[in-house]
Amino acid sequence: MRITVASGKGGTGKTTVAVNLALSLAAAGRAVTFLDCDVEEPNAHIFLRPQIEREETTGILIPEVDDDRCTYCGRCAEVCVFHAIAVIGTKVLVFPELCHGCGSCAYNCPEKAITEVLHPTARLRWGKATGEGTPIAFGEGVLDVGQAMATPVIRELKKKGLPAEEESIAILDAPPGNSCPVVETMRGSDFVLLVTEPTPFGLHDLRLAVQVAREELGLPAGVVINRDGVGDDSVERFCAEAGIPILMRIPLDRRIAEAYAQGETIVARLPEYRERFQALYRRIEEEVGR
Amino acid sequence: MSTAPKQLVIISGKGGTGKTSLAAAIAHLAAGELPIVIADADVDAANLDLVLHPTRLESHPFSNGLVAEIDEEKCISCGLCEEACRFDAILVPDRTGDPYGIDEVACDGCAACVYHCPVEAITMREPQVGEWYLSETPYGPLYHAHLFAGADNSGKLVTLVKQQAKLRAMDDGRPLVVVDGPPGIGCPVISAASGADLALIVVEPTLSGAHDLARVLELTDHFGVPALVAINKGDLSEQQSAAIEAFCRERGVALSVRIPYDTLVTEAMVAGQPITAWAESPAAQAIRALWATIKARLGLQGKE
Repeated sequence: MRITVASGKGGTGKTTVAVNLALSLAAAGRAVTFLDCDVEEPNAHIFLRPQIEREETTGILIPEVDDDRCTYCGRCAEVCVFHAIAVIGTKVLVFPELCHGCGSCAYNCPEKAITEVLHPTARLRWGKATGEGTPIAFGEGVLDVGQAMATPVIRELKKKGLPAEEESIAILDAPPGNSCPVVETMRGSDFVLLVTEPTPFGLHDLRLAVQVAREELGLPAGVVINRDGVGDDSVERFCAEAGIPILMRIPLDRRIAEAYAQGETIVARLPEYRERFQALYRRIEEEVGR
Repeated sequence: MSTAPKQLVIISGKGGTGKTSLAAAIAHLAAGELPIVIADADVDAANLDLVLHPTRLESHPFSNGLVAEIDEEKCISCGLCEEACRFDAILVPDRTGDPYGIDEVACDGCAACVYHCPVEAITMREPQVGEWYLSETPYGPLYHAHLFAGADNSGKLVTLVKQQAKLRAMDDGRPLVVVDGPPGIGCPVISAASGADLALIVVEPTLSGAHDLARVLELTDHFGVPALVAINKGDLSEQQSAAIEAFCRERGVALSVRIPYDTLVTEAMVAGQPITAWAESPAAQAIRALWATIKARLGLQGKE
């Protein structure tokens, strides 16, 4: 089972829900993998406090030109859609920040003068979060500051970190927004859990997130209403109209906000929530089974 | 009047810290003193229009990049395109039961498949992926956009919206552009913050907020944008607020007054009003002080 936790709007409680769901399932003895796909601002480690066992550099493959072989024919620049390589006289310039790593320049070079080398843009960190029950396999991507492209990092993180076993549960914590990085996180998931707050901003971005999950990717989705009690009832009306199940409500509770501020989880502060998150998972299973 | 308007960008690193509520309030206060232009640079989750009630004057299509298309008639099902694609965007008959096709959501538009196809069955086209608008609000012209769900936010639409706002400010001699930025530290944020005269960084007093602040400050340093940090909902954690303030002082980053947690802010959002226009609440008072700091930092002459 692969579950992506997303929201559209930032700060609605994606990480809170993802982390507490993972901990509650691990406490019940389930094998859980947690991937923090919010590579621009990864925060899950603050709450899961994993022991990092391994760290690796990742990035994109950019061209390196062998001057001895290059005839400056300009074919590489011609095929590069992103203008990441330019030939000026007898100089070939590569712009790593524009390169998408597609390999077209190397493939099309008639002199085989181009090899592809890794341009580091991020680190992938792997470890284990031990709490009650089964240890959680943890992975996160951390985009280097100043780097622009989050999507390739998410792709690598998923490629390397998703478990093969059917019976294990993978929880992917998505970035905010509704563009490429979110789509990349959701792709291949069995279910998208959308965390929202019952306000006009929450609703506006929830609508977009539903569009991405259901219409663009054809994935089943359900909603968790966080800070239930603030705002208005427009989110509820939308869910009823769109036929999206509300799977859980987390009330506005100062104890939860305080725990969050200190980097503490809900289930550590209010252990009764463990059962509620386990029930959330059963609801997700039901929805996926439909 | 000077021809170079000042650009204030409001960012946060972490999402949901109150960027948009603050941007609306700043726009409201600023517009009371000087003519401004507003830009919503959070193009994949734009919310500013929910508070500013814009009347749309212009709407323009936006395209960005290419998408591959396979001609079924020409395709010989050799599978070379699938080997070439590094973005898993080729739909393979074995898995779909259909002829070879393109997963348009996954397609990066790199055209590698075009070069690998031995029978020239693949072409590239440029679909519309969004729209940008000029609208009128009670506080000044608003440039904003909507990126279609799932599209690639390379920052180009952000740059376009910002550029249009800046040109308008220059044309009309408006001395300030208020830019509501996106969360994160990647492409869209870099596009929103680059060239700004001041980045107002809105942070919440939590460990996550502090962690993300450190990263977003690295980014503003990297691009040479001066930063001003405002702690929102400061009273939710005295301990974390104090830690963030100590961190900023140590790093020599300017700090504004704390903005207190105030339920009227959510009420104002539900009512679709900037908090400063809605009630003289504790948060509104703090934002007035913040605006005075911004004005001084940007060397703007307000009327007050």
